[in-house]
Amino acid sequence: MFLVGGLLVAVGLALLVSGFASSSPDGLEKVAQDKGFLETARDHLLDDGPLAGYQVAGVDNQRLSTGISGLIGVLITFGLGMALFALVRGLRSRGDDSEPTRAP
Amino acid sequence: MHIPDGFINASTSLGAGAVAAGGIGVSLRRAAQTLQERQAPLAGLVAAYIFAVQMLNFPVAAGTSGHLLGGVLAAVLVGPWAAAICVAVVLVVQSLLFADGGVTALGLNITNMAIVGVFGGWAIFQLLRRALPATRPSVVASSGIAAGISVVLAACAFVLEYALGGTGGVSVGTVLAAMGGVHALIGIGEGVITALTVGVVLGVRPDLVHGAAYLQGPPLVLEGEPARPSGR
Repeated sequence: MFLVGGLLVAVGLALLVSGFASSSPDGLEKVAQDKGFLETARDHLLDDGPLAGYQVAGVDNQRLSTGISGLIGVLITFGLGMALFALVRGLRSRGDDSEPTRAP
Repeated sequence: MHIPDGFINASTSLGAGAVAAGGIGVSLRRAAQTLQERQAPLAGLVAAYIFAVQMLNFPVAAGTSGHLLGGVLAAVLVGPWAAAICVAVVLVVQSLLFADGGVTALGLNITNMAIVGVFGGWAIFQLLRRALPATRPSVVASSGIAAGISVVLAACAFVLEYALGGTGGVSVGTVLAAMGGVHALIGIGEGVITALTVGVVLGVRPDLVHGAAYLQGPPLVLEGEPARPSGR
């Protein structure tokens, strides 16, 4: 099943690979750093959330912490996405079971 | 490319919020009209996949990393409207749960990545695939190139926001050159990853690739069934 396989890939990447990702600042942050406007950044409003910074509060091993946070994120995103798109499909006029119009 | 709170002033952030809300609103309506039955779970999967790969920063230059944006990948798989929604969902989850991308910067980030990145990239994809022969490699190549360019487009959108409301004192030209340069590099990674993923999905389930629907492939033959012309 493609869906299951795809989800396993996403879960695998988030859980197992994310802990090994580069920790260098990303392009925008590096530009801000080099050019001197990084300090205009304010602290994130939700910086003390349990998953902030892709680290699970209470898990000390950093790679594991990142991996678990990624797993949680993938599952939440999948669930939210599915729910939203189910809602979106339900928005088509009730009782209209015809094929949707072709996308542009 | 997740903008933190504070880089861009409040009025520009609000303006971007309006753009984002409008863009996603339109996308929701259009997705409602065009999303096919089989695409809905795939769209959820695409969002999950984008979240995962956005965690995988890869080095692009000394002390700098990049990560997949995923907008064109999503668009080629589920169409631009659903793609915009996918990227927006990812950005919201990242901002609210992982403190990645400012909460007040959500409008900016959604505008840059979910709107500009997706629709700008999709437009380029359409241009390219029309110019190329109707084959699967053309879809793969067009996806990769469009994806790479979409990253630069998103970066330019940030530069525009910075020009309008950046709180730092750095000149726009400096920011443009720096952002353009590094995101051209990141775009290469984006292009490669996008092309690879599209290629894999095309090989396994070509019917799930919205961007390849225009191809006149051989009829799909199921085991034990006689070949019949592929409908759509």
